[in-house]
Amino acid sequence: MFTGTQPFFYRRLSSPLHAARAGVGAVWALALTVAALVLFDPLVLLALTLAVLGAGFGARIGHPLARTLRTAAIVAVPIVAINVLVSRDGLTVFARLGDLGPFGQGDVTVEAVVYGTVIALKVTLLILITTLASLAVDPDELLRAFRRLSFRSALTASLSTRMIPLLAADSGRLAEAQRTRPGGAPTGARARVALLGAVVSGSLDRAMDVAATLELRGFAASRRPPHRSHPSRLWSRHDIAFACSAVAILALTVLGRFGGAASFQAYPLVHMPVTAGTLALCATLIVAILLPFCDRRGIDP
Amino acid sequence: MSPILSFERVTYHYPGNDTPALDDVSFEIEPGELCLLAGLSGHGKSTLLRAACGLVPHFHGGRFAGTVRLAGMDTREHGPARLGAVAGALFQDPETQLVTSSVRSELALSLESRGHGAGAVARGVEEVALALGIDALLDRSVHELSGGEQQRVALGAALAGRPPVVLLDEPTSQLDPVAGDELIGLLRRLNQEWETTVLLAEHRLERCLSAADRVIAMRSGRVAHDGDAASFLTWAARESPALQTPGAKLFALAGLRPLPVGVRQARASLRAHGLLPGDGHAEPAVDPAPVQGDSPEGEPRSNAGWRLRRHKPATALRLRGVWHELRDGPAILRGVELTLRPGETVALMGRNGAGKSTLLRHAAGLLAPTRGRIERAGRVALLLQNPGDYFVHERVCEETSVPALRSVGLVHMAERNPRDLSGGERQRLALAIVTGDGDAPAVLALDEPTRGMDREAKAELALELRRRAQDGQAVIVATHDPEFAASCARRAVLLADGRVIADGPATELLAGGWYFATETARILGGAGGALLPEQGVALLQADIALEALV
Repeated sequence: MFTGTQPFFYRRLSSPLHAARAGVGAVWALALTVAALVLFDPLVLLALTLAVLGAGFGARIGHPLARTLRTAAIVAVPIVAINVLVSRDGLTVFARLGDLGPFGQGDVTVEAVVYGTVIALKVTLLILITTLASLAVDPDELLRAFRRLSFRSALTASLSTRMIPLLAADSGRLAEAQRTRPGGAPTGARARVALLGAVVSGSLDRAMDVAATLELRGFAASRRPPHRSHPSRLWSRHDIAFACSAVAILALTVLGRFGGAASFQAYPLVHMPVTAGTLALCATLIVAILLPFCDRRGIDP
Repeated sequence: MSPILSFERVTYHYPGNDTPALDDVSFEIEPGELCLLAGLSGHGKSTLLRAACGLVPHFHGGRFAGTVRLAGMDTREHGPARLGAVAGALFQDPETQLVTSSVRSELALSLESRGHGAGAVARGVEEVALALGIDALLDRSVHELSGGEQQRVALGAALAGRPPVVLLDEPTSQLDPVAGDELIGLLRRLNQEWETTVLLAEHRLERCLSAADRVIAMRSGRVAHDGDAASFLTWAARESPALQTPGAKLFALAGLRPLPVGVRQARASLRAHGLLPGDGHAEPAVDPAPVQGDSPEGEPRSNAGWRLRRHKPATALRLRGVWHELRDGPAILRGVELTLRPGETVALMGRNGAGKSTLLRHAAGLLAPTRGRIERAGRVALLLQNPGDYFVHERVCEETSVPALRSVGLVHMAERNPRDLSGGERQRLALAIVTGDGDAPAVLALDEPTRGMDREAKAELALELRRRAQDGQAVIVATHDPEFAASCARRAVLLADGRVIADGPATELLAGGWYFATETARILGGAGGALLPEQGVALLQADIALEALV
C-alpha cells in the first residue's frame, strides 16, 4: 500500500459534520448550493466561500479543501477571460484590444471583468461545496436513506459523488507517473490538456468496468428492500444543529435575494451597494454555517 | 448429474474485430469441480469467464454463436444481473470492482440489490467477512485498503450471496505469496465444504495446480487441452513449454517422470528415486548465477564484471535511516538502511502494505523522508505499477523519442495507440519513457512490473533487466513473484512493517522459506541454493550420476 498525502475520499473523522446523519449533511450541503446559486453579491459570495472553507477546517478536511481551491482557480481564470472577451454589455471601457476576429472589437469593460469574477466565484464555491459533501457525508448511508424511494437513483447518486475522489486519485496517479519522466513532468498548456484527456479517457474505461460490476451485482434487477428493514434512529444534537443551520441558510438566502440585502447588478454599470444589511447578511451567513461546528460533544466515530 | 456450466460450440468476436476471441469452444463443468483455466495472455481466458457470466455478449456486444448455459439458464436469454445470482465473478483489477465507499456496504450491495431484508444482509455480510478473514476491515473505507485487501473484499462481494459458481480471473495477481496461498486455500475450502464450483484463470499455475480437479488450456481462443493436472503437464511439456510449472520443468529437464503437480508430489517422487537432497545424499555445490552482476556483498563475481565496474562509483543509491511518517497516521518506513551498487540486481519483497512502493518512491525522489537521508549517484528511473498511467498521447512516438523506443524494440509500433499494445509491450513502452534516451539512469526501480504478465513476458522482462544491470545500472524490483525475483535478481531484500528484516543473496533468501521461496527451492528444500529449474537440474543430474556410479 502506498499512502502519501491526506486522502481525498469520505472517511469517518471526528467532526460534527461527520457525526450528523448523512441525510441531514446532504440537505445542509444542498442549502449551501442554493445560496451559491441564488446570491450574486460578490461580498456575500466571498463570505460564503470563507464560511465553506471554515466549515472544511471544522470538519477536519481543510487541507484537501484548500487543494481543491487551488484546482478551482485553474477553472475560474478562463471563466473571467472568456466573459471579458464575449461580453458586450458593459459601458466602462478600460482597454481596447482592437479587432479580435470572431469576437469582434476587443473592448474590455470593468463590468465584464466584475461579472466574470462573480461567475468564477460561484463556480469555485460550487466545487468547494461538492468536495465538502463528498468528503464529509457518508455516501453509503445516503444510499440507504434514499433507497426506499428509488434504489437505482440513490445508487447512481452515490456513485456520482464517489467519482470525484476517484477522479482525483486517477489524476494524482497520472501526474505522479509524469513526474518520473526524465527531466520531470512536461509543463505548459499542451501537456496539461494531454493529461486531462488521459484522465477523462481513463475514467471512461473505469466507468465501463464499474458498470460491468454493477450488472453482476444485480443492479439491473434491483428490488426494493422490505418495509422497515432498518430500525429508526433518534436525532442526535448534531443532526438537529445542521438541520437548523440548513433552514437558517435558506432563510437568509431568500432574505438576501428578495429583501434587497444583497442587491447586485453588473450591467450596464456595476451597482453593488455595501450597506449595513449586506454586512449583516454576510456575518449571519458565516455564523449560521459555522455554528454547528462549535459543539464538539459526541463526535468520535 | 447435469452440468452447472456448459459451453456448446461457442464462437465470439469482439465488436470490430475479425479474429475470434473464442473459437468453437465446447466443454462442460460438473457441480463442485475446481477447474483451472490456463493459457498465455490474449488467448481467451478472460473472455471465456465473461461469457460464462453473461457479460459476453450482453455487456460487450460483438458477434456471438453457440450456447452457454449456467445452472440451466441460457446466457442469451438471461442477463448478467440474473446470472450474477448464480455466479460470483472476480476480475483482474479489484479497484474497479469496488463501487461503494466502505467494506461493509460493498459486501452488502449485491444482497441489497436483490431485495434481501436488513437481517439477511447483516448475516450475509458477517458470514462472508468471517469466511475470508476480513471482519477487521468491515468499517474501513475501500480507498484505504491495500491491493491485496481490495482483492479479498472484491472476492467477498462476489461470494456474499453464496453463489454456487465462482469465476475468478487472476485473483492472486496483486497478492503477496502468503495472501495468494491463503486465497487458493480458501477457494479449495469453499469448493470442498460448500461444493462451490470454481473456474479460475491464473498465470502462476504452480500456486493452484495441485488444488485443481481439472485444467482447461486455451490457445488462440480454442480449447487446446482439457484434462486433469497431470495430463495437462504432459501436454504442456510437449505443446506449450511456457505453461509448464517450475516443478514440472525441473522434472522434465532431469528426465524424471511423472511430472509433479505440486511440491508434495515432487518431493515424494524424488524421495522414491532416492534423489531428494538432504535425504542421505551429498549436496553438490551449484553455482546458480543466472546473471552477470555483483555478488550481494558487492564483491565482483568475475574479472569481466570487475573491469566493467572498476571506474564506476561504489554506490548507486544509499538510504540512510529513512523514515516516512504520516501526519495523524502510522509510520510507513521505519529507519530503512539500504545500499545499492552499480550493476546490482535486487528483488524487494514483502507482504502487501510492507512499504515497498513507498520505499521506491523515496528512492526516485517522489517523496521526501520525514527523517533520514538518501544519496543518489545519478538519476533514479522509477517504473510505477500501472504502465497505462504514463500514456497521455494518441501515438507511441509522441510518448518518447525514437532512440528510446529502439532501445526496447518498439520502434516499429511508433504510430500505434499506446492503449492498443499488449501488456508486455505497454510495460516496455513505459520503461522507455522513464529511462529516456539521454544518460542512462544510475538506478532503475520497478514497482510490481509483472502483474498480469504471462511467463513468456516475464522472461523477456527479466532478460531486459539483466541486460541493464550488465550495462552498470543498479536495478531494484519490488515483486511478489519469487520465480521472477529469482530469474532477475542476485540479492533479495525482505521488508516488513516498514523495516528491512532480511537482506542477502537471493540464493539464500529465496531458497530457505515457505512463502518467499521458488517452487524449485521448495521441492529441493533449498539445497545448493538452486532457485530455478535450470539450476535445480544440475543438482539432480549430479545425484543421478552418483546413483549410476554406485
